[in-house]
Amino acid sequence: MNRENGRLWKNFPESLKRSYWNQVKKIREISEIIEGKVLCCQNMLDHNIEHAFASDLMSDVLTVEKSNLLLITGLANTQTIRTAEMSDISCIIFARNKKVGSEIVSLAEETGIIIMESSFSVFRISGELYKAGIKPVF
Amino acid sequence: MQFKYKLEGGDFTNAGNASSAVKKILRQLNVDSAIIKRIVVALYEAEVNIVAHAYSGIIDVNIDENKLYICLEDKGPGIPDIEKAMEEGYSTASSKVREMGFGAGMGLANIKRNADRFLISSETGKGTKVELFHNLKQNAE
Ligand SMILES: Nc1ncnc2c1ncn2[C@@H]1O[C@H](COP(=O)(O)OP(=O)(O)OP(=O)(O)O)[C@@H](O)[C@H]1O
Ligand SMILES: [Mg+2]
Repeated sequence: MNRENGRLWKNFPESLKRSYWNQVKKIREISEIIEGKVLCCQNMLDHNIEHAFASDLMSDVLTVEKSNLLLITGLANTQTIRTAEMSDISCIIFARNKKVGSEIVSLAEETGIIIMESSFSVFRISGELYKAGIKPVF
Repeated sequence: MQFKYKLEGGDFTNAGNASSAVKKILRQLNVDSAIIKRIVVALYEAEVNIVAHAYSGIIDVNIDENKLYICLEDKGPGIPDIEKAMEEGYSTASSKVREMGFGAGMGLANIKRNADRFLISSETGKGTKVELFHNLKQNAE
């Protein structure tokens, strides 16, 4: 379904539209909300995200059972990508301008995980996305 | 099918390569994605444990039509009290390991949760052996 166009969609009551779009967000919209810079896998910008989790602790991330998750973290190393790969996390946001090295970007590209940098803090990213309707896991 | 991977203690650059390779193989075999996730999360936790806590290790992966058996054996300090190590929150991880995002003492419990069957044995001063068993077909437990 296209978000802005479509006659049927236009005639939907605003409240219904809101409740539908409050359930999922495209990665593209997420990147706009958090003023993120996408570093790889631009082909995944139209993927939908429903749930997010924020942690710097990979041990913690590995216990999350949800798939197709968004991870917000301040920890940028290759094990962040490996953890995401094993946990079926499709998108990672690195908060507060963490230096994301080229080996991290190429590993993410290779594994098909879209990564972004944002100057916002973990707190602000989480707050903005929660407000936009992204659901927490716990 | 059998696959072998070598691990080196402290080598966080290559940690996870074996788990990644196994994930690719299981995908090619069309194993259900929820089952793959359980397998690779358990395997990755065990792989990171060797890199984080031991000196060197070998991962042996055996796949047949319905079952997966993985044996991870390391040379290392071993675990003096396995029961205690299994407790969530118990960790002896170094600051280097913690900097990598690990060392919460949650790994062994998470391995147990994600494996259909899990065995661990250890000899202090020699090493540790972790065995993982998984059914590859749903409802086959
Ligand atoms: N292969 C191993 N060799 C030696 N000691 C181990 C090994 N695996 C685990 N241990 C010991 O058991 C403890 C608990 O392991 P566990 O995986 O539960 O937590 P962790 O590795 O410390 O942290 P986390 O897994 O949450 O990142 C470790 O801190 C370590 O003392
Ligand atoms: Mg561990």
